Amino acid sequence: MTEEAKENQQVAPVLSVAPGPHITAARSMRRVMIDVLIALVPAAATGVYVFGWRAGMQMGVCVVSCMFFEALFQFLRKRPHTVGDLSAAVTGIILGLSIPWTAPWYVGFIGSAAAILIAKMLFGGLGSNIFNPAMTGRAFVQACFASEMTTYLLPGKIGPPRAVEIITQATPLAAGKFEHVAYNLQDLAFGCVNGSVGETGAIACAVGGLYLILRRSASWRIPLGMLVAAAIVAGINQTLTDTVLTVGHHLLAGGLVFGAFFIATDPATSPISNRGKWIFGIGTGALVMLIRLFANVPEGVMYAVLVMNMTVPLIDRWTVPKPLGGPVKKKT
Amino acid sequence: MTVADTIKIPGKRSFARGIHPSDKKSLCAGSPVEILPTPKSVLIPLSQHIGAPCAAIVKPRTEIAIGDVVGDSEAFVSAPVHASVGGTTSAATVTTLPNGQHVGAIPITVAEEQPLASQGLWDDIYGGNWPTDSIESLDPKQITQAVRTGGIVGMGGATFPTHVKFARNPDKPIDTLIINGCECEPYLTSDHRLMLEAPEPIIAGALLSARAAGAERIIVAIEDNKPDAIEKMQSAATGTGIDIVGVHTLYPMGGEKQLIVAVMAREVPTGGLPLDVGVVVVNVATAAAVARAVLRNKPLTHRIISVTGEGVATPKNILAPVGTSYADIIEHCGGLTDSADRVISGGPMMGFALGDLDVPVTKGTSGIVVLTEAQTRKSAETACVRCGRCVSACPLGLVPTRIALAARNKDWEMAKRYYITACVECGCCAYVCPAEIPLVQLIRAGKAGLPRD
Repeated sequence: MTEEAKENQQVAPVLSVAPGPHITAARSMRRVMIDVLIALVPAAATGVYVFGWRAGMQMGVCVVSCMFFEALFQFLRKRPHTVGDLSAAVTGIILGLSIPWTAPWYVGFIGSAAAILIAKMLFGGLGSNIFNPAMTGRAFVQACFASEMTTYLLPGKIGPPRAVEIITQATPLAAGKFEHVAYNLQDLAFGCVNGSVGETGAIACAVGGLYLILRRSASWRIPLGMLVAAAIVAGINQTLTDTVLTVGHHLLAGGLVFGAFFIATDPATSPISNRGKWIFGIGTGALVMLIRLFANVPEGVMYAVLVMNMTVPLIDRWTVPKPLGGPVKKKT
Repeated sequence: MTVADTIKIPGKRSFARGIHPSDKKSLCAGSPVEILPTPKSVLIPLSQHIGAPCAAIVKPRTEIAIGDVVGDSEAFVSAPVHASVGGTTSAATVTTLPNGQHVGAIPITVAEEQPLASQGLWDDIYGGNWPTDSIESLDPKQITQAVRTGGIVGMGGATFPTHVKFARNPDKPIDTLIINGCECEPYLTSDHRLMLEAPEPIIAGALLSARAAGAERIIVAIEDNKPDAIEKMQSAATGTGIDIVGVHTLYPMGGEKQLIVAVMAREVPTGGLPLDVGVVVVNVATAAAVARAVLRNKPLTHRIISVTGEGVATPKNILAPVGTSYADIIEHCGGLTDSADRVISGGPMMGFALGDLDVPVTKGTSGIVVLTEAQTRKSAETACVRCGRCVSACPLGLVPTRIALAARNKDWEMAKRYYITACVECGCCAYVCPAEIPLVQLIRAGKAGLPRD
């Protein structure tokens, strides 16, 4: 190298060194979470349209509390703040959407505490949690506030502001299960029925879910497996018993579509291999239906997801994909 | 649909998963190969290949001519190194190759008079006639011996000694030779330019390689983002029986295991070699070097290097002697721009970042890519959320995030359960990871730490 070249090099920019690959296409984790938030817009908008401002408040309370508890936990542990990745906001929205619009504000607040502090942060934070945080939070408040969580009407009011034709206070699944009244499928699809804030509008949930899948932010295998499995069990039930709830009712009512696209697909709490995702989706769908048909509660998405969450490490262990070229030969 | 798409091959011209990075080839694909003016000094590393390093066989302060052997080894998996210029040797020293290996090296001060320079050098290496009619009469062993003597190693970057691939094994007969013209790494265009400017030696080298390895069929595979190269190669291959095949542009198509799936629909067993499925894969530049070694008795002393990327003033394809300093080559291309941030030996996916530019290029240096600050991966690592993007990208069907986790925790049982040794370090997983986990680095470290059993 010439002297001149050496001099040139000294004024040249400082070079960085790092292992390859040196280029990236990666969207940041924040961007992935923003995708989920965008996908939740139709469901949230339907909720606010049908149930009015209290539905919006429910989500707001949950989002703010979830982010608050995450920041608080990180502050107490003296760890760097992670609220910026927006995963707590996603948990908050999903929790807000799965709580009745009539529940008092402290239900969402306490649910958020359970979701973030217990289900997420105590297990190690984003990606390390075993149970879906939003569903854990919901299960917690379900146990604490049983009546608030199953009362879908405010005292003195006839029904949700937009769903005026609804005269019963029961949710579609409860009405079908306990009173043998079947709802109009069209109302179920568009969300003009009673229920938790976000789970009533099947079409809105599916639109958001398809966006997630197109953006590859969620696997298509889990929702498909879950919906098909639920449809099959519901179909068998429809042919064998004289239930008023058809396959259509079971698919559109309650939180099945919402759960299939937004809850079961939570990557941290679902298997990582494609075969595992099928097993997880089908298992969740079948469990939802078993709970709906045989348990003493009308809806089963939450418990089905939580139960299947427990099987994920095992599914992962059993479904390690075979590499191209087959498994490594054991040396003899 | 071109002719290259109609040729019948067993494979589907593609493989599962993989990624589509922006190829950035246009920076440099249109620049004809320039012959680097002979540098004032070169440093010949004694190990430029996978396998046993060579021992120096020249004494300091001796006159040496271009093509003279500088180092050699008795080992089977090794290849001699030769002087790439004429000049005077100095005492052996140690240099650090871009991949981090410390190797012995022989400095040569270049003589004033060089018998081969500029156009004469090009003609000697790639120009002139490449007669293919007498190849059938050559003894395969003789070809393999000439390839070893010529110090030929895989020039696609892996630098596996080529004569080892040609050594016939009666238990594992070879039926197909694949000439690899994929050049799937973004930015790099050296193989592309070689196919455009010197298709004849590639064809001759392909016929010689097939003869040596005993392959009946020869398939040249080129990614379909290089239609001009496919066309050139087709006209050069007319009448030879060699099939020129276009394969999909999908990273890492140029990886042996992926290419054999795409072309032959065969899976190289994990831990095995292409010869286990009756295939030998040779890079186009290697094929041309084979032709030169056998037909002209000249060793591998020069190679085409793409000097490209947004951080280089004038991207160029350069024919440079082995042992030239990276700094000299970059200077010839107008130097680094102010925004230059990372100088990479090889492509941006699998190449190595250089901390010091005063290191020698080797037989495996396919390119020098300079990226700007805005382009480089930052590795501001966050937690894995198990999104599975690495699983959908891994061309080998692995679960990179689990392997990386196992490697990080030194959980060797888990690393093996997830087939850590099957990883080829192509970088697809780290390229797509939204958490910017340095997956390849972790897996590489895991492989190094894996206890031998």
